[in-house]
Amino acid sequence: MNRVVITGAGTINALGGSVPATLEAMREGRCGIGPLSLRDVERLNVRIGGQVRDFAPEDVFNRQQMALYDRFTQFTLIAAREAILQSGLEFNGDLANKAGVVLGTAGGGVTTWDENYRAVYEEGKNRVHPFVVPKLMNNAAASHVSMEWNLKGPSFTVATACASSNHAMAQAFAMVRSGMSPVMVTGGSESMLCFGGVKAWEGLRVMSKDACRPFSANRNGMVQGEGAGVFVFEEYEHARARGAEIMAEVAGFAMTSDAADIVMPSKQGAARAMAGALADARIDRDEVGYINAHGTGTAANDKTECAAVADVFGHHADDLMISSTKSMHGHLIGGTGAVELLACIMALRDGIVAPTIGYQEPDPECALDVVPNEAREARVEVALSNAFAFGGLNAVLALRKV
Amino acid sequence: MDVQARVIAILAEQAVLEPSDVNATDSLEDIGIDSLGLVESIFAIEEAFDIEVPFNANAPQDSDFDISTVASIAKAVAKLIKDQKP
Repeated sequence: MNRVVITGAGTINALGGSVPATLEAMREGRCGIGPLSLRDVERLNVRIGGQVRDFAPEDVFNRQQMALYDRFTQFTLIAAREAILQSGLEFNGDLANKAGVVLGTAGGGVTTWDENYRAVYEEGKNRVHPFVVPKLMNNAAASHVSMEWNLKGPSFTVATACASSNHAMAQAFAMVRSGMSPVMVTGGSESMLCFGGVKAWEGLRVMSKDACRPFSANRNGMVQGEGAGVFVFEEYEHARARGAEIMAEVAGFAMTSDAADIVMPSKQGAARAMAGALADARIDRDEVGYINAHGTGTAANDKTECAAVADVFGHHADDLMISSTKSMHGHLIGGTGAVELLACIMALRDGIVAPTIGYQEPDPECALDVVPNEAREARVEVALSNAFAFGGLNAVLALRKV
Repeated sequence: MDVQARVIAILAEQAVLEPSDVNATDSLEDIGIDSLGLVESIFAIEEAFDIEVPFNANAPQDSDFDISTVASIAKAVAKLIKDQKP
């Protein structure tokens, strides 16, 4: 079994258009959530979100590209460029044949669906652009990354709602660990902040109208975000041989299914995923210093997640830190685990633990160290990243300091 | 049909019961409606009466909309109709 390390990272999200900008915002506990700016926002009940602002795609992509790239693909390509350039890898010959890209997204080209339904239903048009299908398909982003970077190995897209990018990264990790490929590009992307996307979420009545306050007794729901996170997962000896900068080691993962309810989370399913990731990584639970929580800010998630952490870690649950960065960038749904992995990297590499902002009142059912409101300096050897999706599909990654 | 009878019909359908098996004093738990069933029932109520029900599934107890019994829901719906449909 090979060791797997991260040699490149890229992102664009409500906190910033790059990894350094995002980590700086996390260190400062900055909030990227604000009033939504989108068509027909006045018809929405929920009018806040973690939107990517100051972003002009036409400055980045040419006309032909714009015709083919939904917003979720645009985000992916921007994040992938940052990650791959940082890794310093060039994909030629045998490496290109083996290296692939596995990404997560829950909705794919939601904006493209939305705009074209408008055209045919609202405006009564009987013709749509020829590229609607290649633009909206869930694998569009992975395919465009493969084309731009000459990745000819195993490439596909994973859709497991809010756990999509953790499932994708776990899969990419397994491929590098097993020797199937020396390098995999992986992560996830989401862009549902359009009228139809937000309206659909409103229906569930779990959205907050003012802020995302995970673990705080006065929390009142989740807030949607958008963006992408992309990483280069590389076999350790391959990275070392070329003198690559190593950000962290991916040590293990576990995936579980609650087999219980389509929306309500299960403590057992979450606990089995965390315990399974530790077992897979051969990590003792006492070594875990930080957990990047799923922490959506809904009553159902936060209580269940804290109870699961208490079950898995016993007394050590009181010694570790657990924070939800969704309080800052919102819930990126299928892309959320990828952006949140950055907080794990920051904890391991930089010794800075991102806070849970918006924390106002302790909740006895979430009585853990949630790193309230201010980032903290700490030496962290092992970090976990949790993702627990609708449908009861869970994926947890374990990372180790290098 | 009065508001309470219509609310009972909606809840009974959600609970897969006959309206005659749903009593005004029943709680949602009594008739087997869980949190997801509640959200669906509220949607059906909004559609049936053309009103907006202020309800956040994260904090049902904090909503003005009292869901403790079938009768309290019917009363809250009647008030919303009065307030929202002048």
